Amino acid sequence: MSDLLTPEEMKANLDYHTPHSGWMNTPVNIRKGMYCYASNPKSVETLGLPNARKWNPMEEDWELPENWQQILHEGFKERLERFRSIKVFMDICVRCGACSDKCHFFIGTGDPKNMPVLRAELLRSVYRNDFTRFGKIFGKLAGARPMTANVLKEWWYYLFQCTECRRCSLFCPYGIDTAEITIFGRELLNLLGLNIDWIATPVANCYRTGNHLGIQPHAYKDMLDFFVDDIEDITGLRLEPNFNKKGADILFITPSGDVFADPGTYTCMGYMMLFHYLKEKYGLDVTWSTYASEGGNFGFFTAHEVMKRLNAKMYAEAKRLGVKWILGGECGHMWRVIHQYMDTMNGPADFLEEPVSPITGTKFENAKSTKMVHITEFTADLIKHNKLELDPSRNDHLKVTFHDSCNPSRGMGMFEEPRYVIKNVCNHFYDMPRNTIKEQTFCCGSGSGLNAGEDMELRMMGGLPRANAVRHVHEKHGVNILANVCAVDRAALPALMEYWVPEVDVTGTTELVANALLMPGEKKRTTDLRSEPLPGMEEEADE
Amino acid sequence: MNVHYIFPFLVVCVMFLISYFLSEAATGFKYLFGVVIPYLAILTFVAGVTYRMMNWAKSAVPFRIPTTAGQQKSLPWIKPNQFDNPSSKFGVLVRMLLEILVFRSLFRNTKFRMSEDAQSSYEMEKWLWLGALVFHWAFLVTLVRHLRFFTEPVPQALMLLESLDGFMQVMLPGLMLSGVALLAAATYLFLRRIFLPQVKYISLSSDYFPLFLIIGIAASGILMRYVPDLKIDVTAAKELSMGLVTLRPTIPEGVDGIFFVHVFMVSALLAYFPFSKLMHLGGIFLSPTRNTTTNTREARHVNPWNYPVKVHTYDEYEDDFREKMIEAGLPVEKE
Ligand code: SF4
Ligand code: SF4
Repeated sequence: MSDLLTPEEMKANLDYHTPHSGWMNTPVNIRKGMYCYASNPKSVETLGLPNARKWNPMEEDWELPENWQQILHEGFKERLERFRSIKVFMDICVRCGACSDKCHFFIGTGDPKNMPVLRAELLRSVYRNDFTRFGKIFGKLAGARPMTANVLKEWWYYLFQCTECRRCSLFCPYGIDTAEITIFGRELLNLLGLNIDWIATPVANCYRTGNHLGIQPHAYKDMLDFFVDDIEDITGLRLEPNFNKKGADILFITPSGDVFADPGTYTCMGYMMLFHYLKEKYGLDVTWSTYASEGGNFGFFTAHEVMKRLNAKMYAEAKRLGVKWILGGECGHMWRVIHQYMDTMNGPADFLEEPVSPITGTKFENAKSTKMVHITEFTADLIKHNKLELDPSRNDHLKVTFHDSCNPSRGMGMFEEPRYVIKNVCNHFYDMPRNTIKEQTFCCGSGSGLNAGEDMELRMMGGLPRANAVRHVHEKHGVNILANVCAVDRAALPALMEYWVPEVDVTGTTELVANALLMPGEKKRTTDLRSEPLPGMEEEADE
Repeated sequence: MNVHYIFPFLVVCVMFLISYFLSEAATGFKYLFGVVIPYLAILTFVAGVTYRMMNWAKSAVPFRIPTTAGQQKSLPWIKPNQFDNPSSKFGVLVRMLLEILVFRSLFRNTKFRMSEDAQSSYEMEKWLWLGALVFHWAFLVTLVRHLRFFTEPVPQALMLLESLDGFMQVMLPGLMLSGVALLAAATYLFLRRIFLPQVKYISLSSDYFPLFLIIGIAASGILMRYVPDLKIDVTAAKELSMGLVTLRPTIPEGVDGIFFVHVFMVSALLAYFPFSKLMHLGGIFLSPTRNTTTNTREARHVNPWNYPVKVHTYDEYEDDFREKMIEAGLPVEKE
């Protein structure tokens, strides 16, 4: 990280000129800072995935299996039958270029192969060669080329420079989703054991211990117990969270990142305080699980099958504990998986009830089949029905803007719920410019398992459009905190802000809720969850 | 110089020359360009398009993966965006119609700019949308207008369309708005391919070839209506086309050169269609990010090839950690 360029250097490097040589004749140049380390063979083995071995992307020989071309070809073929999306997307791109400048990685790097259309063409060119008559006959002229070791390296490099954010698919006149192509391409790479460690190891951890960080059950409980102490310091209340409790009303699942690292930990404390409040006031019984202790799913960034294997724990645990339905915490890709994949993969969840808020009586019609509700939907409903006593002035030291995470935006459409919640718990809220939020939101630059340390340059460049929009509201309205509903954001955005807009901090939405929440029997609060003095309490907080 | 457009340009030029001079040379060639090739082209088109559509349809749709472009339907008091995030079949229908008829997604297009101090901005950019819209609609109108060559008597509606399309004729006799618009839009689409560096970089021969063909078709069509020397006998042309539809092909007097160029290029376009990106016409109907409902948590979607996978069960997990769990006071199934 020490050799990371300064923001000024990075800005000076911005260059959008296309190279003189055509893209097929421009060999891939794998550059330090732009890629993540290769997967640890142990993790690949734990999962029983192919070709576990030590390898290094910087070396000439990637230690591929003897017949790797054949494996890829067959994998490709099989998936063309399994995924209409891929078959159609391979065929119908007209190269209009509408998607080309929509990708944050293109905007941040200027590398033409980071234009979504060209990223897809990297695969399409091989598809044309292997599966279309024109490609076979006309070769390069028809945009076709055979699979070679260099092409493979190019795939690997650029498929791990896509965060599967789907911004491109929004603008494509045919809805071609380069994220879908990346998901598929990474699945193929996995057949050869070409994964990155920042994905493979969390997946292996999650498989064994139930969460990406490999936190074992007792440690998981310990961490939440820490928060119990912290919350006691702030509110004077001693919370008693439930773990693996059979017969609880609701099972709560959130990304493990939030129990582990700031500022996600404050969001985690927020959940605990909210549940305590609901327990005291309305008798709602929520349980955490150490087995299903991961909401996120890096399996999604590996292969569909691996996603399914990790996701299975959610329903399995809900069934074992006999809860009514599942509540999900703030996370981006977790919600894409829940919203668009879970029920299909691991449902039907006929052992659960159709979700109804026992407090407001609201039926969550939109979650009728999957039986999992987003915490922000749940909280917005509570606030709308006046079920939470709130003092938004406790957040008066914050000027808030909201970062729509890619997946809840373009894979779900959750825009108003978090805004409604934030506006009810904060007095100062300012949206970023329209072309950078909601369905047009820009990625944090670190999604889809790319939030490692070694690819910091890539992350900072990819995050530039987001950072620019934040800077805009920072300069215009004095915004000093960036709220979100995503654990990867909470892990990734602090680094991005520190780099580009150091005056702005990062927070989860439920942290803001808990700050404002007037809990029965609490002492007079002098600090927020971060132990920073509340507005007007500076002196008392010091004592 | 760029082989990606030089090559298709040459191909189209050669096609022009061959069809022009050969059809002038001998009646046998007229038969080839006026009857044999059009029949083959139509066959290829119909068979090819059907095959491609069925081939796509054959592939499974394992998940519903709509791109949600507006507020979801969740709580009753939050207004959902029914068409950009359609939770119902009706919503999907409207979304698809908007995509197909007015290019909804392209309408969103923005142009990104980076200022000197690396501040990015995203401005509205409607030219591509407008160019594409004019191009496709002009194509459609031209196509429909040509139905008068294949119907006898010509339906009233077609006559009406033709007179609307030709309202400029007062000033320029023979001029059809759609033809000119098609030519202009196709030219615009070509120019943006060579002048916008990024678009140029991604363009392949297969992007230029159909454009050149269409430019050739529109140009030859306009020439034979408009340039006195090249004017063809419309009645004769219709005799030929009616011969084709009634399966009694003839080559009448009074059609020559430029007419056969026109017919040949149209044939080439038809035959090329199923093998090319032009299939986007059919593909858009099957695009899973657009044609699926977004109520994915409300109604379960079934994956036809969903297979059981290896999972780490709770029992295995407890076996791994039982001691530690008991020690930490966590409930366990087996003591
Ligand atoms: S917008 Fe769609 S059709 Fe146009 S270049 Fe991009 S992927 Fe291809
Ligand atoms: S999904 Fe996002 S990161 Fe990937 S190509 Fe599209 S815009 Fe770029």
